[in-house]
Order: sequence, then C-alpha cells, then structure tokens
Amino acid sequence: MSKKAFSILALLVVTSLLLAACGAPAASGGADAPAAEGDVVVAAGDPIRIASALVISGPNTDLGLDSQHGVEIAIEFKGEIKGHAIELQAEDDGCSAEGGQAAGQKIVSDPSIVAVIGTSCSGSGVPMAQVVSDAGYVMVSPSNTAPSLTDPAQAWKPGYLRTAHNDKVQGAAMAEYAYSVLGLSTAAAIHDGDPYTEGLANAFRESFEALGGSVVAFTAVNVGDTDMRPVLTSIAASEGGAPAFLFFPVFTAECAHLATQALEVAGLENTVRGAADGCFSAASAEAIGDAAPGMYFSGPDLSFSGDVYNQFAAAYQSNFGTAPISVFHAHAFDATNMVFACIEEVSVEGADGSLTINRQAMRDCLYATSGFQGITGSLTCNEYGDCADPKIAVYEIVDGEYVSVWP
Amino acid sequence: MITAFLWLLRAAIILVVAWGTFKTLLSNPYTSRNWLDFIIFGIAQGSMYALIAIGYTLVYGVLKMINFAHGEFFMSGIFTATSALAIPLAASGFMDKHPLLSLLAIGLLSMLVSVGIALLTERIAYRPLRHAPRLMPLITAIGASFFWQYYFRGLFGSQVRPFPTVVALQGSIPFLNTTVLKTHVLVVVVTVLALVALNFFITKTRAGMAIRSVSENKDVAALMGINVDRAISMTFATGATMAGLAGLLYALVYGQVHFFMGFIPGIKAFTAAVLGGIGNIPGAAVGGLLLGLFESVGPSLFLQGLGIPAFNQLKDVIAFTMLVLVLIFRPQGIMGERLAEKKA
Repeated sequence: MSKKAFSILALLVVTSLLLAACGAPAASGGADAPAAEGDVVVAAGDPIRIASALVISGPNTDLGLDSQHGVEIAIEFKGEIKGHAIELQAEDDGCSAEGGQAAGQKIVSDPSIVAVIGTSCSGSGVPMAQVVSDAGYVMVSPSNTAPSLTDPAQAWKPGYLRTAHNDKVQGAAMAEYAYSVLGLSTAAAIHDGDPYTEGLANAFRESFEALGGSVVAFTAVNVGDTDMRPVLTSIAASEGGAPAFLFFPVFTAECAHLATQALEVAGLENTVRGAADGCFSAASAEAIGDAAPGMYFSGPDLSFSGDVYNQFAAAYQSNFGTAPISVFHAHAFDATNMVFACIEEVSVEGADGSLTINRQAMRDCLYATSGFQGITGSLTCNEYGDCADPKIAVYEIVDGEYVSVWP
Repeated sequence: MITAFLWLLRAAIILVVAWGTFKTLLSNPYTSRNWLDFIIFGIAQGSMYALIAIGYTLVYGVLKMINFAHGEFFMSGIFTATSALAIPLAASGFMDKHPLLSLLAIGLLSMLVSVGIALLTERIAYRPLRHAPRLMPLITAIGASFFWQYYFRGLFGSQVRPFPTVVALQGSIPFLNTTVLKTHVLVVVVTVLALVALNFFITKTRAGMAIRSVSENKDVAALMGINVDRAISMTFATGATMAGLAGLLYALVYGQVHFFMGFIPGIKAFTAAVLGGIGNIPGAAVGGLLLGLFESVGPSLFLQGLGIPAFNQLKDVIAFTMLVLVLIFRPQGIMGERLAEKKA
C-alpha cells in the first residue's frame, strides 16, 4: 500500500471513530423532557413489530435467552392482535453499557417497532433507557433490578418500565435471611461496579445495618477478574474481624470464582456465602460445581402456579427442549403481555385494514397498568415504572438444581 | 521543559506510592501471614503471566512484531482440552482413578492445540506479510485474535465451562506460618521446570541456535544455510507450547474456562514482557513474576493506607502505574538491552 493511500485510510478510520464517539441519539427533538411523538402505522396484512434487547451472547447468555423464550411464548400464545400477526426482532444487550447503547440505537432507527422488551442487565438498561426515551419509544424490562433505574433523580427516563423486582426488596430479603434466619451479625459485600451489582450490594448493606448487623467490608472487583484471593484475604483481615456472611451479587464468571476461592482463603472457612439472581442459572450452577454446599442465592420466588403458568411451562419444554434455564422467563412473558394489552387498547383500526398506534398513548397506557394478572402476580405500575409484584425467595443448589429454602 | 515534567511525574508517582505504603504499614491491618499469602498469590499468578509472556518475547525477538493473537493461543489449547477431553474424562470416572495420567493427557492436548493454532496463524496470516510495513502484521494479529475467539465460541459454545476438580490437588500444605494451595505449588514447580527446559532448548539445541541466529539477522542466517521459515515456525511453536501449559495451570487454579479467557491474560502477559524487556527471555519471566506480585500485593500495600474505597478494583491501575514507572527509568525494560540503531 502506498504511503498516500495509507494516510487516507488512517484519516478515514480516525474520522469514523470520532463520529462514533459523538454519536448523538437519533431522532430527538432536543427538548428537555421529550414527549413521545408520532404514530406507528401498520399497513393491512403487515405484522405488528416488537423488539427484544436481552443478553444472548457471553457468559450470561442463559439469563437473556431464558427471557427471550418468555417473549417468544407470549407471542405464540397471543397469535394476533386485531388481525395482525406479531413479529419479534431479537437484539443483544451484551450485558454492558456499550451493548445497551448499540441495541437501543438500532431499535429506534426502525420506525416500525412499537415497543422493546429489555434489557436483561441493568448496566445496559441505563444507556438504553436514555436512547429509547429520547426517541419516544417504550421499553419494559423483565430483569433490570437496579434501584437507580426507577429513581427519577438517577437513571429513570420517561418510557422505561419493568416487571422485575426493585433490588431494594431483594437486598432487604437477603439481609433478613442472613441476620434473622441464619443468625449472622457481621457481613461483607462485594460488587463489580455495575449498576445492578452495586445497587444490590448497597441495598443489602443498608438493610443489614438497619436490622442491627455490622458490615465489616464493602469492596469491589472488576468484571473479568479471576484471582479473587487477594480481595478475599483483605476482607478476612477486616478491622471488624472476618465476616460471618459474605454477599457477592455479581454475574456468573466472577460469582463462580468468588464462590470457589472463598473456601480456600484463611479466615473465611466458616463464612456463609451468598449471591443473587445474576448468578442464578444453569450455567452458574455448573460453574460453581463442587463449591455449592453452604452457599445461598436470592432471587425471584419461582413457585408460580395457575393454569397459565402450567401452559407456559409446557410450551417452554416443548419449544426449547428444556426446563427454564434462568429466573426471568415469567417476568418477560408478563412484560410482553402488558405491552400487547396496551396495543389492543390504544391501536386504532383504519378503513383500509391498517392499524395506527400512537406512541404517547402507548406510554400513558403502560404507566396506567393496574391489577394486571400475570404469572408473576398482580402487576400495578407506579409513575416511575416499577410494576412488579415482588416476591423474593432464597435458594441453595442441591445436585445442580436450585431449591428454595426460604420463606 | 519535558525533562522537568518527567522528573515531576516520577517524583509524584514515587511520593504517592511511598505515602500510601507508609500509611498502610503505620495502621498495619494485616498479619505477617496475610502478607505472605499475598506474596504467594502473586507468585502463582506471576508464573502464569511469565509462561504466556515468553511467547510475546520470542516472537518479538525474531520478527520484531507484537503477536496480539498470543492470548488466543493460550485460550484455544485449554478450552479445547477442557471441552473435548477433561469433561468427558471426569464424567467417565477415569480422572478420579488416574489423575496424573489424565492431567498429562489434558496438558498434552492443550499444548498440541495451542501449537497447531499458532502454526496455522503464522502460516496463513503472518508469513505473507513478513515484508509488509510493521503495522500490517499488528492489525492482522488483532484480527486473528477475534477470529479465533469466535471460532472457538462456535466450536464449544459461549458458556463458562468448569474444569473438573482434581481430588489429588485439593487442599493445601503448611509452609512457614501459613498454608499454600497444592495447585499453587504445582504452578510454581511446573513453571520453573518449563523455564529450565526452555533455556536448554534455546541455548543447547540446533533448533534453538537457529532461532537465535534468525533473531540476530535473518539474511545472514539464510546465507549460512538456516531454514528461516522453519526457524520462525519453531519460534511460534515454542511460545505456544508455553501458552498451552499456562492454560492447564490456569484451569487448575481458577477452575473455569470460556472463549474470552485469553484476552486479559494476553494483555497482562504482553505488559509483563515489556516490563522485563521485550525480546529478552529471562526478562519475560522476571516481568511476569513482578506483575503478578504488583497485582496481588500492590492494592493492599499502596492503596489501602490512602483510604481509597474498593481499592482492590484498582489492581490493574497499580500494575500499569508500575509499568510506567519502570519504563520512565528504564525505557528498555528491566533486563532489556539498550540497543543502538544497529538492529533497527
């Protein structure tokens, strides 16, 4: 390659990088509180299109794929709305801020998409909520649990809702279990800097201290770390002594490293280990392997019942050849059905067989959801999009299966 | 002006490090046993970095290129050996009956796959670019790295795969006033043996001599009747053997493998090679060991005293700060030679 051609190429690369870095959200009026604008018009014979943005690559695939299965089953059960079929465009949130940003941009550049089911990870949800809100779309997350996402002072944006519990509830449940049920009065918590893990670790700390326990260490590791022994040794040498309970609500890979290495660190031999729903999947159970005994996991209560759930479980088994692989499949099913209920309510049929869905009406309808009967309970949304009927349970792994031990 | 700024920077880094260390030791939260533990963890982690770093250094010494796909050579071997051999062996119960034989087989497969991938990459991606400008092989290496990551993801899935527990290697043995994990002992012993073997190979065998002469001057070596292509392939194979071995040790210590596992150790080992002096084999070993120690001891020693919250998250910052510090004082790395323009 000649020198000149090379410099032109280099220039192109640099410019494209710069452009990508300044990537302003598409289609935004630039107003402070953008109202949802415009209509989605579905022509006669065309399908109604919704998107999903869930983690379907990397070590947390189980979490996202499980939710995506929930969405697919909801579409299958629904069949059609006012004579229009329903089509899903499945995107990947990458369980990262960059992934959420990219998936959000891709979705809002498509004017035919009515609503988004996603994201899986709170870390992706924060940037995506911004993109989706600016473009006037709506998103309902089946598994974002970070408290900040429904806090208007922090990450909440108009158009964001969720059917997953708020981690204030989960943190309190784990603190309650450790302090009152197991009778442990000292604890330590580890997060990885991600909004979900940090929010949950904080919620646990506040609740545990409110109950009267003391948190002797509150620290963090990095995503991708493998050698957890130094941080665990630091925790074992805390001023308040080694903690009786160690809570690390991180994701699959780091969770498995912490779970196995905590057993080998001097001073933590008798420490009870706890993790949360980011470490609650078939893949996590496999990765933790022999280190599972004596470890507890908090997560949504999965003791669902009722005819709809039985049909759902049967469909899951027959469509995907397995029992549910993670914990938010039912929340995703409910989120999708909430969206369908609102599409039915606000869409207007034209004389030519077309369907017009107003984005603002869609938003108003979702926030007005009240007493919606889903698998996960009775869903009522507040003004900041917390719709869950939260029930938290504590599990342990027995022979590779998660078994509920509390309440 | 710039010199003055550099001096200020040096002074600032040293002051912060010294102040943090002083504060930590003043309120010493750790027992001597804790410190010893940190050092042992660091040596174990550093040994793995050292083994991987050798591949970077060997290839740089011969081709003057940074092979950024080397982390993937490390991943490919053990990821394949775990998925295709270790898990079935454990499931059949063979591993519990013959742990040593199983580990030998797994280690051999890991090294073989690593070497195979390295030779393929060299033959297909690097050899045609041997006379291209320096940037081309570098970009190609990054591309090759992505290619192998997703190739192996396609082969064995994106799951985190647990490496089977080896009962014989569980538990720990007493050492001074603490205990050392058996896996850590194994890592250090195997690394030392591997380095001794490597030294013998490079200095005493004909193939090693060919590698050294090619790294000295390719054209003259060719005139002397040395097959340059073969010597270069041999260089890649040697580095990949070490990486495949490091893969086995990694799996034993951390117990899980996945398709993306090569990226971070790859970057860290490259750092270790630069720290020790790129192109210098003992330097790679020393650099790896030092980097492991910085990561393990550094946060507690330098940062805890400064009252930084969640200081363990900053272990990479410590490691790279140390790298900058070393390079400010010795641009050629700890054991690198200061080269005049004769080799450029």
